[in-house]
Amino acid sequence: MALKIVKGSIDRMFDKNLQDLVRGIRNHKEDEAKYISTCIDEIKQELKQDNIAVKANAVCKLTYLQMLGYDVSWAAFNIVEVMSSSKFTYKRIGYLAASQCFHESTDVIMLTTNQIRKDLSSPNQYDTGVALTGLSCFVTPDLARDLANDIMTLMSHTKPYIRKKAVLIMYKVFLKYPESLRPAFPRLKEKLEDPDPGVQSAAVNVICELARRNPKNYLSLAPLFFKLMTSSTNNWVLIKIIKLFGALTPLEPRLGKKLIEPLTNLIHSTSAMSLLYECVNTVIAVLISLSSGMPNHSASIQLCVQKLRILIEDSDQNLKYLGLLAMSKILKTHPKSVQSHKDLILQCLDDKDESIRLRALDLLYGMVSKKNLMEIVKKLMLHVDKAEGTTYRDELLTKIIDICSQSNYQYITNFEWYISILVELTRLEGTRHGHLIASQMLDVAIRVKAIRVFAVAQMATLLDNAHLLTGNVQRKGICEVLYAAAWICGEFSEHLDNPTQTLEAMLRPKVATLPGHIQAVYVQNAAKLFATVLKSQEGNTDSTAAQETSQLMIDRLPLFVQSANLEVQERASCILQLVKYIQKLQQKDVEIAEEVIALFAGELNPVAPKAQKKVPVPEGLDLDAWINEPPSESESEDEQPRAIFAKEEPKHSRPRHTEVDEKELAKRREARKQEQANNPFYIKSSPSSQKVYQEAPGVEHIPVVQIDLSVPLKVPGLPMSDQYVKLEEERRQKDRADKKKKEKKKRKEKRSGRGKRHDSGPESEEDITPAHMVDIVTEEMPENALPSDDDDKDPNDPHKALDIDLDNLMEMAGRRPLADSEKLPVRSHRAAEVLKSPAQDGDAESAASQEPKKKSSKEKREKKKDKDRDRKKSKEDKKKKKKHKHEEKGEDLLGGQAEEPVVQSEATSEVAAPPTSTTAEVSDLDFWLSNAPVPSNTQEAATVVAAAEAAPTSEVASGTAPDSEPDEPKDTETEETKSSKHKKKKQKKEKEEKEKKKKKKHHHHHHHSDGGGEESVQNGTVEEEEPLPPMSNYCLLAENSYIKMVNDIQGNLQDGSQVVVSVIFENKCDSFLKSMEFNVLDSLNSKLQRPEGSGPHDGLTVPFQLPPGVSNEARFVFTMQSIITPQKLKGTLTFIVKNEDSSTHEKLDFKLHFTCTSYLISTPCYSDAFAKLLESGDLKCSSVKLEGVVMPFHHLLARICFRHHFSVVERIDSCASMYSRSIQDHHVCLLVKTSGQTVSIDAKCDEPTLLGNVLDEIKQTFSQC
Amino acid sequence: MIKAILIFNNHGKPRLSKFYEHYNEDTEQQIIRETFHLVSKRDENVCNFLEGGMLIGGSDYKLIYRHYATLYFVFCVDSSESELGILDLIQVFVETLDKCFENVCELDLIFHVDKVHNILAEMVMGGMVLETNMNEIITQVDAQNKMEKSEVTSVLA
Repeated sequence: MALKIVKGSIDRMFDKNLQDLVRGIRNHKEDEAKYISTCIDEIKQELKQDNIAVKANAVCKLTYLQMLGYDVSWAAFNIVEVMSSSKFTYKRIGYLAASQCFHESTDVIMLTTNQIRKDLSSPNQYDTGVALTGLSCFVTPDLARDLANDIMTLMSHTKPYIRKKAVLIMYKVFLKYPESLRPAFPRLKEKLEDPDPGVQSAAVNVICELARRNPKNYLSLAPLFFKLMTSSTNNWVLIKIIKLFGALTPLEPRLGKKLIEPLTNLIHSTSAMSLLYECVNTVIAVLISLSSGMPNHSASIQLCVQKLRILIEDSDQNLKYLGLLAMSKILKTHPKSVQSHKDLILQCLDDKDESIRLRALDLLYGMVSKKNLMEIVKKLMLHVDKAEGTTYRDELLTKIIDICSQSNYQYITNFEWYISILVELTRLEGTRHGHLIASQMLDVAIRVKAIRVFAVAQMATLLDNAHLLTGNVQRKGICEVLYAAAWICGEFSEHLDNPTQTLEAMLRPKVATLPGHIQAVYVQNAAKLFATVLKSQEGNTDSTAAQETSQLMIDRLPLFVQSANLEVQERASCILQLVKYIQKLQQKDVEIAEEVIALFAGELNPVAPKAQKKVPVPEGLDLDAWINEPPSESESEDEQPRAIFAKEEPKHSRPRHTEVDEKELAKRREARKQEQANNPFYIKSSPSSQKVYQEAPGVEHIPVVQIDLSVPLKVPGLPMSDQYVKLEEERRQKDRADKKKKEKKKRKEKRSGRGKRHDSGPESEEDITPAHMVDIVTEEMPENALPSDDDDKDPNDPHKALDIDLDNLMEMAGRRPLADSEKLPVRSHRAAEVLKSPAQDGDAESAASQEPKKKSSKEKREKKKDKDRDRKKSKEDKKKKKKHKHEEKGEDLLGGQAEEPVVQSEATSEVAAPPTSTTAEVSDLDFWLSNAPVPSNTQEAATVVAAAEAAPTSEVASGTAPDSEPDEPKDTETEETKSSKHKKKKQKKEKEEKEKKKKKKHHHHHHHSDGGGEESVQNGTVEEEEPLPPMSNYCLLAENSYIKMVNDIQGNLQDGSQVVVSVIFENKCDSFLKSMEFNVLDSLNSKLQRPEGSGPHDGLTVPFQLPPGVSNEARFVFTMQSIITPQKLKGTLTFIVKNEDSSTHEKLDFKLHFTCTSYLISTPCYSDAFAKLLESGDLKCSSVKLEGVVMPFHHLLARICFRHHFSVVERIDSCASMYSRSIQDHHVCLLVKTSGQTVSIDAKCDEPTLLGNVLDEIKQTFSQC
Repeated sequence: MIKAILIFNNHGKPRLSKFYEHYNEDTEQQIIRETFHLVSKRDENVCNFLEGGMLIGGSDYKLIYRHYATLYFVFCVDSSESELGILDLIQVFVETLDKCFENVCELDLIFHVDKVHNILAEMVMGGMVLETNMNEIITQVDAQNKMEKSEVTSVLA
């Protein structure tokens, strides 16, 4: 052995280590790849050796090669080997390698579960730490599910080093396994107040990350965070919290009001720029959320803008950048405060730093007005010319278009200028935004009627000079513009000066090099132009001109008929034939122009981009339902169950395709879309949603627009937009002069029709009259379209699954405790009803304090809870009353909080006062926020409420259960969480209720039911009919006055001879339980697996201790020889009960019952495989009848599935086939039928003894109920 | 969340890459190249924030970097991180490296990338900031190195 080690280390000396590898690579610069490939061969050899040190060295080198881009996934198994080394050195290497190259589809990951679990519970904190770090990088849904419970335990580890890592990794676990969020949340919340700042910071980090995606669920934590914010000195934590508040304020304006003051203080006091910046940011968020409500925050805005100006003026480019970034947020709601800093921002446009210029550009968007638009755009155009990189230039281009087109071209006074700008932009080289310019051209030409003449002239020039745009290959993006040009020239061809020339330009052979969709538009619009030309020429006496035009078409179109693009080909051949026919008629001297024109008659309206999506689906139309049943599946399925079982009752077969679940539907939809996309005959959505032809009945009432003739209509060649700026100046001057002259005369064209739109501009702009009185046609939307705008959400966002309501979990008892299905899985994820962790008891805060709980009977506890709740409620009402008083005195909330202990002592005349810590009070968000002004008339109501409340309070004090409407507390509670908007209403309602209550008092006594029972039903797996009752497989194992054990048994699929017994130990006494040892007497058939080296009769140490009131779960593995009969094993649990002064040894005997069911594993089975199995003839038959079963069929099935680990293969009416498999691969098939109260179960299995036992157990399950 | 941490030299040679989201090796290399391309063409006296890495993240993500002598330290983060905070974090990272390697230089990172990873693991875990206190980080790193040393000597003894 020693020799081997020595040999191993000598071997190692000759191996290359990481440093040698790196050196080697550096020495082989020329043939690096070759050198590395020989290294990889060496590494492969090393990995084959037994010596773990050699392997670890190899894996370490692989990690380096991975960074260089080499795929090392082939060594995944070796990495796992190194991970499982007992030496920390190697373990760390293994985990590092795993974290660098493992991911969800790495198949060896599933082998690591047990190793990681072992490392997590290692006594060495660094083993645990390394495992947590590694896991955080490659956690998969399976790992998250299997290890969630272990990690949760680590959150309460004694070492803060482990705690903070465990807390942090929980976020990853939540992402992969969202079900863990609810059960883990109370503990996470508790960590917010951990004594260690690192742990606290980690908890803040995780909650901020969660809240960022689903802020509304975390509103109730606001008071706690507020407390942290005012107490913490750690800037990291502060920044996170302040950022979180920024996300929360939009949801709750009252929160914002509360925040302003402390944030302003921080802004004034902090020296850390990062903190200052985040404070400013959050204040801005607050101001945005308040902008509609409170006008009186100009001081805060001024403060922010002022601080930001300081940042922007700073020489540090980082601060400058961030200042601009934050400024753009203010801009949205308070444009005026920003506009006064226009000078600064324009200055930033000239900054040498591109990031800063981009930010300044963003700000410009909000700075423009009618007055300065031209000036700003001119400046931007200069930048466009100067810009070196295409990205920045493209950004400039989009910004120019954004700025000009914002709010329906609000700031554009001269559209000719705008068209000129657009045309100038087409001269940009290599821009990707051709389509953007094109769509603007189309939009303006369609919507601004007056500009069409000008636009058409410009577009004709563009078409004429098309070679300039298409000449260079690099300019591909820009040729999209021709699409718009061709379309505009065709559609508005009546405005063309020289249509023949344009027609000629559109039919040049060069056009054939354009992309297909543009050619298609060319062809179509050539036809429109042709119609116009025809019409103009037909009036002439000489018909040859017209015939020449037709000949031109006939000559040129065949080029397009040969196009590879189907669309082009189709249109061209269609139009070619049409022209040929026209030519024939022309030769007969038939007047045809009118008829040809009629082909393209009709106005068109712009349609809003989302119009199609917004058409509501008519009632009763289910787009996902089958129109006809699919033929293939149904036939075989219908026959199949009949053939198998001997006795068969007549049953109706019914189509059950509607039962297809959502996922399946989504998949099919996707497949259908795919199919459509590949189908050339399926019409796809067109790239521009705006060119939809429509008969427009509403065109007549679009007012005709007058054109100001101060602008020259004829612009030679390509226009220079600059001249418009000059012209505009002159025009404005003239306007002003005119105005002075005829002050009393109102100008005809002055905003008569469009007053509204102009009002929104700054006041100074009133002086500026638009050169064009344009009518902007608004985009059309379908009738009764839904205004919702949430169609942009990504359905694949992993955070969607984390949108879980956590409030109820944290507030008062009995509201909505964790449902059974929400318990964290312990190896197998199944329910644990009997599990009585303090968290489940409802009071989250009692879990936090882990205070010893008085052991009391269930009834007593329930009563207490009721009292508790009512007491709190009354307290709340009192507080409300108080609050009004505070308002009168103008007192702050924190003062109110300080008074709480007094309130508490008032109400606590009870016997056993359960812990009502301040956290409970603080979590009452509504109260916390309630120093916001309340309408005065509610005060009256509040006093009435308080008066009404007095009576019940005294009753609580006397110890009887309070009487009230059974559903009343729920009502008020839910209402309390609503925002202040409802406050008035709520209080009125409360008042009514109280009055009702008064009347009803002494009439009937109601015990509140726990409420949790009902609620959890709704959380359970709900089928289509009724909700299922909660179920649990945990059954009582043994109990005495100290401890209670419940257990569940699960087969281990990976090992056919193993079952896992999960035992939950619950400490029922006031003392500490420790040194628990679990032991059973092995039988010949079944043995408890003990660690290596321990004797066959040694007990197993339970790996935890139990403080009072706490429960925890441990797992024990048993090995089974035969699984066909049930077995019982006797066992003992020994433990030490430790009090402050004494400790005693105690023991508890139990009998562990292994049913045959526990060897079964619920395995899904497809109906065809099921049919094959039954037909194979290897299975033996057996059957059983159950009488007097009164429960819905789906409950019955659910019970069999749940208790006996079956899965439903298929269900038809009152008949279902089910399947399960044993750990030793016996197939068990059931056919369950019900009629009235009789249930008959026919079963088949390849092992008759097992089958008999399983059936007996099923029978027993149903005889119990 | 931090999506990736990259260290490369003035020529774009990767010295450390840590991705907190899975990409295949080719994409990783492409991201490193693209990031290097974006970062390297920026002047010394411009701001340390960069938007518009197409491969990684998208619009919500920013590149925050610092340039020290021959090395670029680049963090790719989303909007939940404070920009200035991350700049501080980079500073802490570099100072920690300096302490651990005693006057750190590029060669240290070249030959001991595993150690750099171990140090980083004490600062950032799974894309979230774990610890920002340099002394705490160094304590933990040293303790682990000590453990490693005792194991190595026990093997050789």
